[in-house]
Amino acid sequence: MGSNVLHVLKGINFSVEKGELVAIMGSSGSGKSTLLNILGMLDLLDSGTYTLDGVPIVNLNETKAAKYRNKFLGFVFQSFNLINYKSALENVALPLYYQRIPRKEREEVAMQYLKKVGLSEWATHLPSELSGGQKQRVAIARALAAQPKVLLADEPTGALDSTTSYEVMQLIQEINDEGKTILVVTHEPDIANMCKRIVQLKDGVIIEDKKVIQIRASDYV
Amino acid sequence: MFSRDSWQEIFQTIKKNKLRTFLSGFTVSLGIFIFIILLGLGNGLKNSFNEFFLDDATNTFFFFPGTTSVPYKGFKANRRIQFKNDDIKDIKQNFPFFLEYISPILFRAGIISYKNKSNNYSYRGVAPVYQFAEQTIMMQGRFINEDDVINKAKYAVIGRLVAKDLFGSEQAIGKYIIIQNTAYKIVGTFQDAGGDREERYVYLPYTTIQLNEKNTDKIDQIVLAFKPELGYAGAMIFEEKLTKFLKEKHSISPTDESGFFIRNVADNLNKNMQYADILKLIVSFVGIGTLIAGVIGISNIMVFVVKERTKELGIRKALGATPFSIVAMILQESVFITIIAGYVGMIAGVFVLRFVGDSLENYFILNPFIDTGTAIFSTIILIIFGAIAGYVPAKRAARIQPIVALRDE
Repeated sequence: MGSNVLHVLKGINFSVEKGELVAIMGSSGSGKSTLLNILGMLDLLDSGTYTLDGVPIVNLNETKAAKYRNKFLGFVFQSFNLINYKSALENVALPLYYQRIPRKEREEVAMQYLKKVGLSEWATHLPSELSGGQKQRVAIARALAAQPKVLLADEPTGALDSTTSYEVMQLIQEINDEGKTILVVTHEPDIANMCKRIVQLKDGVIIEDKKVIQIRASDYV
Repeated sequence: MFSRDSWQEIFQTIKKNKLRTFLSGFTVSLGIFIFIILLGLGNGLKNSFNEFFLDDATNTFFFFPGTTSVPYKGFKANRRIQFKNDDIKDIKQNFPFFLEYISPILFRAGIISYKNKSNNYSYRGVAPVYQFAEQTIMMQGRFINEDDVINKAKYAVIGRLVAKDLFGSEQAIGKYIIIQNTAYKIVGTFQDAGGDREERYVYLPYTTIQLNEKNTDKIDQIVLAFKPELGYAGAMIFEEKLTKFLKEKHSISPTDESGFFIRNVADNLNKNMQYADILKLIVSFVGIGTLIAGVIGISNIMVFVVKERTKELGIRKALGATPFSIVAMILQESVFITIIAGYVGMIAGVFVLRFVGDSLENYFILNPFIDTGTAIFSTIILIIFGAIAGYVPAKRAARIQPIVALRDE
């Protein structure tokens, strides 16, 4: 945006295998969110290549990007980004609406995922009637509903207290245990250590990329 | 895009955002409402205008005698021209193709009395067809007829106000009034849209007046009507031929313009119609202005709506909404609201106009109305332009990068 060109990422070369749980760390301005946005096709890369599940992501027009996002990717944001006039169930069902799945089926699937995050009793509540942790769990259910290949979480615990954070991380770990590939952007070391691999970014380059022994969030809860 | 699903999505948005829906709907309704009202009142103004200026028949010529200004065929200048009965006969014989009807007029005035009541009135000697020229409306009895003219009958037709003055609530038909020491039997009473002055006239057979005046054959004016199907151009040709004919008959120089005069109602009508057209132009101008204001109002509300929904649209895009589906959703919603609100505004406007009716007659607004075609057409115009106005911000919203929209905390 704007006329100033800002090179945020200056040569990133890394790949993620299926089933990994990767934490992307770095101080603010290190480019971690930009990396995630490019992976999420929310932002465009100026140069380089990006291959997702064997599909080269090139020449993306808006419509194509929208379809890829819908099919391949699930997003979890720091500020939840639920639609405030839709109930929890309707929020979870929304990605399925854009897959043109019939209403009945949509609601059934959405209910399954709400159950999975433990919020089936809250299905008819509006986001404003939910706590922060509950909202994030609804957001996670929504991200999973379309059965994406990759789950991208941008500071998923940034707006939550530590107990709630660990609950959310526990959920993320459980989903990962089922085989889902997940990338988590965070600047909190304890959250990063709950992943299986940590990629450290600084000034747009990877300074460290290591596998770690996962700390189970359930130990804290 | 018009599946049941997308409608459900839109109804939900509408239902959950009542204030926003109300505001945009209200703008549209108000726009259409004001447009309908203005156009209706404008039509009312035009109606009173027509009422004022167009009460007489519009296909008539009046011939007034004058005085010659040029010597011709041995006659000196300054000779008074006098129309006579044979002028009527000759015109009838020579112009059957153009002529609808013709009547002489004799203008007289004097005391008319009934029992002990009397007053000064204008009275006219006319032929039966004069009724059409004045568009006189009979209230009771009949107008002068051909038998009256042939028999030189002492019959009179009196105006509504004459009857009121002389007879009050009494029945006038069959009574006798005295004019110039002669008793006339009243055979009819009339009213006239031309106003009070015209309702104070008394009509007599022209032959009766001529008989009373030593059996003269002089007449004061001639009124004649051309066949309406001739149109304006045909009327002009008729006027030209008739002028030439009468000038020759009365030995007036072809270049002499003051031998007699013609008042051509068709010509006057043309001028009045020009005023009416200007009035119409002003009304349309104001109407179009209102319509444009309405469109601008809708555009503004659409910009506001899209702005307010930026974040929601960003979320939808992140979840896989294509730009097309975003534009379609916003447009479908705005067109739906515009149609409903536009319809409500239109009905309200038409209803108010009907309710007002003739109550504003004193303000020169007569029977304000708007024809259904115009009402529906303008509503459709507003809906189309509303959609176009909504398209631009919708398109822009669809192009917004989701991250930009989502960053907006």
